[in-house]
Amino acid sequence: MLKINNLHAQVEDKEILKGINLEVKAGEVHAIMGPNGAGKSTLASVIAGKEEFEVTKGDVVLDGENLEEDSPEERAHKGVFLSFQYPVEIPGVSVTNFVKTAINESRKARGEEDMPAKDMLKLIREKSDLLEIDRKFLSRSLNEGFSGGEKKRNEIFQMAMLEPKLAILDETDSGLDIDALRIVANGVNKLKSKDNAVIVITHYQRLLDYIVPDYVHVLHNGKIVKSGTKELALELEEKGYDWLKNETIES
Amino acid sequence: MAYTEEELKKELETQEYEYGFYTDIESDTFPKGLNEDIVRAISKKKNEPEWMTDWRLDAFRIWEKMEEPEWANVNYEKPDFQAISYYSAPKKADPNKSLDDVDPDLLEMYRKLGISVDEQKKLQNVAVDIVVDSVSVATTFKETLAEKGIIFMPISEAIQEHPELVKKYMGTIVPKTDNFYAALNSAVFTDGSFCYIPKGVKCPMELSTYFRINEGGTGQFERTLVIADEESYVSYLEGCTAPSRDENQLHAAVVELIALDDAEIKYSTVQNWYPGNSEGKGGVYNFVTKRGLCEKNAKISWTQVETGSAVTWKYPSCILKGDNSIGEFYSIAVTNNYQQADTGTKMVHLGKNTRSTIISKGISAGKSQNSYRGLVQINSRAENARNFSQCDSLLMGNECGAHTFPYIEAKNKTAQIEHEATTSKIGEDQIFYCNQRGIDTEKAIALIVNGFSKEVLNKLPMEFAVEAQKLLEISLEGSVG
Repeated sequence: MLKINNLHAQVEDKEILKGINLEVKAGEVHAIMGPNGAGKSTLASVIAGKEEFEVTKGDVVLDGENLEEDSPEERAHKGVFLSFQYPVEIPGVSVTNFVKTAINESRKARGEEDMPAKDMLKLIREKSDLLEIDRKFLSRSLNEGFSGGEKKRNEIFQMAMLEPKLAILDETDSGLDIDALRIVANGVNKLKSKDNAVIVITHYQRLLDYIVPDYVHVLHNGKIVKSGTKELALELEEKGYDWLKNETIES
Repeated sequence: MAYTEEELKKELETQEYEYGFYTDIESDTFPKGLNEDIVRAISKKKNEPEWMTDWRLDAFRIWEKMEEPEWANVNYEKPDFQAISYYSAPKKADPNKSLDDVDPDLLEMYRKLGISVDEQKKLQNVAVDIVVDSVSVATTFKETLAEKGIIFMPISEAIQEHPELVKKYMGTIVPKTDNFYAALNSAVFTDGSFCYIPKGVKCPMELSTYFRINEGGTGQFERTLVIADEESYVSYLEGCTAPSRDENQLHAAVVELIALDDAEIKYSTVQNWYPGNSEGKGGVYNFVTKRGLCEKNAKISWTQVETGSAVTWKYPSCILKGDNSIGEFYSIAVTNNYQQADTGTKMVHLGKNTRSTIISKGISAGKSQNSYRGLVQINSRAENARNFSQCDSLLMGNECGAHTFPYIEAKNKTAQIEHEATTSKIGEDQIFYCNQRGIDTEKAIALIVNGFSKEVLNKLPMEFAVEAQKLLEISLEGSVG
């Protein structure tokens, strides 16, 4: 589904991604771990098409299509979803209104009519139940005054509504207490299917107890320095990142 | 290809003013210039009684001695009052005829404006008076309203048919001496709407006036007078558009509202006069005096959505004379390109337990300047007066300005006055977040701005709210940076 080839990206002349190679197949869950400043969030932003980052070499290919020329919204229409580490506030715009607009804009891009209000309502009901979201929450202004947990749950709710092909969860576990973490992870697990894929970006192993990855990659200094199965995450938890940093230097 | 901000900017700059068409209708236009003879001629054209002619002449003499005000935070080339024609009427208009007799070109123009003057409006419960240039050309539902004793007609007709009411109230809220433009309007006003709601009557439909400047080189000076008798209620809407022209056209209106004991007036405006082009050429100068008087337990609520005009100078105000009376002001003012707006309100608390609320949302984009100017005045006898003001500004790009000038004068110790103000910018992060969810930049801006303006949009009658939202989408999108 997703193929990243020798991806280099920079911001204001500072190279952050220095040759990333990654392949994610439908039905798979990949975890990307690594210390602060390794380039994890940058990788997520570049896949989503944030213009602040300049891709200098390599490419991102989704279902055989090179995304290079696509704007962030076009990538979204093709099924890329990014759960933000720091979701922004949009005062006066309710969660429902926002999600409705997002869904209908994607439909419009595909040449479809707006989703009938009845279907929209049904979908909202279904997905909010799935994520144990109180429906009163949906009429609040997007992320305004939300707790950390509410913000992240709202991200996953949007993901559930938009049903993306490729979901990238950027530090979704940060700022979550254990109960919120469980709900969010349950949501992600329920939304997983053989047709979609998930990339989980995280600092800690904790989230991976709930969302079990098929592969784990360690990102350090703009490169994937080690890949393995879920056991790698446990090893990292035990030994810390220094172990890998040293290993990279040695190799 | 990614849609960049630059492209958006370009697209918006080249986006044309949707209402910029000019309808070629033969019109009867006075020579340019202003003197006592012109004032007399306007009065004669309207077949006015002598008292009205004298009233106008008195106003003209006052105006001659006045200076154009300079205190507003706007810069513009002062209009040459001798280069304006003070009367222009579409030749075929005759307010006494039925709609079937209306010039098809005029009807076509209404269609372009999106106003249906026919039965469709009945379903929406809106009675419309349409003023093109200087005369009122069609008033719908006069009969339906008449059954309830409601008078809704062009002011020129009211002067003929209800002189006692006009004489009693006109100029009592905005006197001829009030300010430069009010004096000018008093001398040369050509048409506008008159509305009287009898005692105890709740007006069953929204009353609406649509103003349109069509002819070039003319000014529009309409005068609106709304009187809500005791325990009555009326909701009144006005909309405005003008063709795109290189010259600056002058619009100097006066609106007077009178809410007698226990009455309520809701007055909503969607102002979309031509704002000028992206280089700041042309556009309407909108210099308007709007004021209302509340007697005991009365309420006046002003709601405005201001997206048009090159220069706006406007402060819809409430004189809270009666005890327990209420004044409200809800405003969205949008400026883009080189537009300048200096707008706000005055809440004058005279009676006991009077309350006022001010919610102002200013949105600036391009190289525009947007100012809120408001006065809250609590007089010495106004025991337990309360005011709450909230002024929020939203900026787009780095070249525009938002300014707030709140004035508070409290002469009674029991007054409670609250003022809140915020300034924010549409951030790239907000735009990217929307983009990532599949919402393009233009739509994202509309969404963010609509959210920002929601408290005010909610105050508009349903039908107008939809139109206002569309207008916001068209006119406020600017650069994001």
